[in-house]
Amino acid sequence: MIRLPFAWMVALRFLREGRMQTILILSGVTAGVAVIIFLTALITGLQANIIARTLGTQAHVVVRPVEDAARTVLDRKDGPVAATIEKRAQRLRSIDQWERVIPLIEATPGVVAVSPMVSGPAFAVRGNASKSVALLGVDPERYLRVVKMRDYMVLGQFRLTGTEALIGVDLARDLGVTVGDKLRIASSQSRDDVVTIVGLFDVGNKEVNQRWVFLTLRLTQNLLDLVGGVSNIDATVERLFEAESVARRIEAQTGLLAESWMQTNAQLLSALKNQTLTNRMIRGFVILIVALGIASVLVVSVVQKSKEIGILRAMGASRRGIMAVFLLQGAIYGFAGSILGVGFGLGLVAAFAGVFRNPDGTVFFKPEADAEMILSACLTALLIGLVAAAIPARRAARLDPVTAIRNG
Amino acid sequence: MAEPVLRLEGVTKSYNVGTPVEIEVLHGISATVGAGEFVALVGPSGSGKSTLLNIIGLLERPTSGTVFISGENATALDEAGVTRLRGRTIGFVFQFHHLLPAFSALENVMMPQIIDRGRPEPDMAATAKDLLARVGLTGKENNRPTQLSGGQQQRVAIARALAARPALVLADEPTGNLDSKSADDVFALMREFNRDQNTAFLLVTHDPRLAARCDRVIELFDGRVASS
Repeated sequence: MIRLPFAWMVALRFLREGRMQTILILSGVTAGVAVIIFLTALITGLQANIIARTLGTQAHVVVRPVEDAARTVLDRKDGPVAATIEKRAQRLRSIDQWERVIPLIEATPGVVAVSPMVSGPAFAVRGNASKSVALLGVDPERYLRVVKMRDYMVLGQFRLTGTEALIGVDLARDLGVTVGDKLRIASSQSRDDVVTIVGLFDVGNKEVNQRWVFLTLRLTQNLLDLVGGVSNIDATVERLFEAESVARRIEAQTGLLAESWMQTNAQLLSALKNQTLTNRMIRGFVILIVALGIASVLVVSVVQKSKEIGILRAMGASRRGIMAVFLLQGAIYGFAGSILGVGFGLGLVAAFAGVFRNPDGTVFFKPEADAEMILSACLTALLIGLVAAAIPARRAARLDPVTAIRNG
Repeated sequence: MAEPVLRLEGVTKSYNVGTPVEIEVLHGISATVGAGEFVALVGPSGSGKSTLLNIIGLLERPTSGTVFISGENATALDEAGVTRLRGRTIGFVFQFHHLLPAFSALENVMMPQIIDRGRPEPDMAATAKDLLARVGLTGKENNRPTQLSGGQQQRVAIARALAARPALVLADEPTGNLDSKSADDVFALMREFNRDQNTAFLLVTHDPRLAARCDRVIELFDGRVASS
């Protein structure tokens, strides 16, 4: 015979006696926990996926020179007041002393990689066809650390020297060129140069595939008449969701404008936030329903077992002992249900991971067993069981043994 | 003289105290049961027998008066203290056996000791087996109460009442719903334990034949002791 303490012994025996109730409520708790696990995994996976796609071609933080402001020449003190001040058109400008700024940004806590860039508008011309493009002058080595272009290369490598260029597959199709062909790039500064295509990329976004042209830093500087300058500095941060605070830190450090992906994609971010909120709400309701289920089963059980409770009390069981019997039942419902639910939920996740796929066939979310989440789910369920059992347990403990035995 | 197992001093019990329907059912009961005595408590329905038994069993508190169990003033104890005293000194045999259906005969007999000491211990099982053997239920240890006859159930209940070696066993019509053969067996068993273990018994009964076979009879009439 296993020598369990009194409360455990009676609690387990009561659970075994009310087999149908136990099975039903355990199924309920299991289903609830499974829903939470599944939904959380689904939404986490979904969000990670969306963010990965959005940030596929974006830097986490982009540092730019401060915008030109209109200077007021009027004397403010006692002269006439300008009714409207027209905003200045923003010309392409270089970041002042960018070689000095880069180490500053690199030293900012949270930043892991930095890449300078010159970008500006131009036309890609071949024969009679001319397409408007965006020139991106980069140092390929550095740029790869910020945006994972290597993953998108369809032909050739992400490498640039001299007058080499990398263009998107859609631009290549529009102009009828491929690797090895030559292209004339003409900028609005009336400068032009002939480049050789050494690679094609496909980032999964037509706009980008049609417009982006990667050149070396120096060539772009020449074309855009920005010799020795860079128009912006891209930075990668260690923690995605700290990009905004890192951007603020960079601004404070450098006095330049720093824009995080979270600002650029504010709408996406708020959608993600709402999604998270919805998930939390669903979780809250499921928890509530599970708690009510456990509580109602135990309330019924206290009524059913009132005679036994009276007998146990007559034999010397304390109120506290009786309370423990019912608290334990609640805790066991919660804990056992959560373990089953975690198993079931992970099973669902694994099953659906094979069903939900991205357009390109890659898996949508990975079935991951997050130990921390599982542990917290089990502990939460245990706690919920205890809380739900509190009222029935109190009722059981307060039963008058005489009435309980007589009426039971 | 040794301290009596039970001493009641001017015990009264009223219900609905402070309301217009207040009713006093016991009017100053004083009585004693000595160690090892076998006493019958008789009286017509409504005479307050059950209420008195509940007060003696520390399941109800008297409205006034004092209850001494083995010399200890139970009226002065708090809820937890009363529960402990009850568990250690009083055994119950109810009219309808009131065994725990979820537990085997053996576990039922062990239960008072399990409650007292917090968990089952090997010596409890040995004691319980012994007791079951003495009430003639060897081989039925693992039966559930529903798998036993009425007489067998009541014998398990007696074994259970005695398991924690209480000083006093309270039996409320223990033979009330048994046939005369089983009733005689059950009564004989109680008498035997009374003699062998010097356990005091207080037996509520309607049966004058049974009352006549007790050491002493306390007669209750309209909430007063009519004769003792």
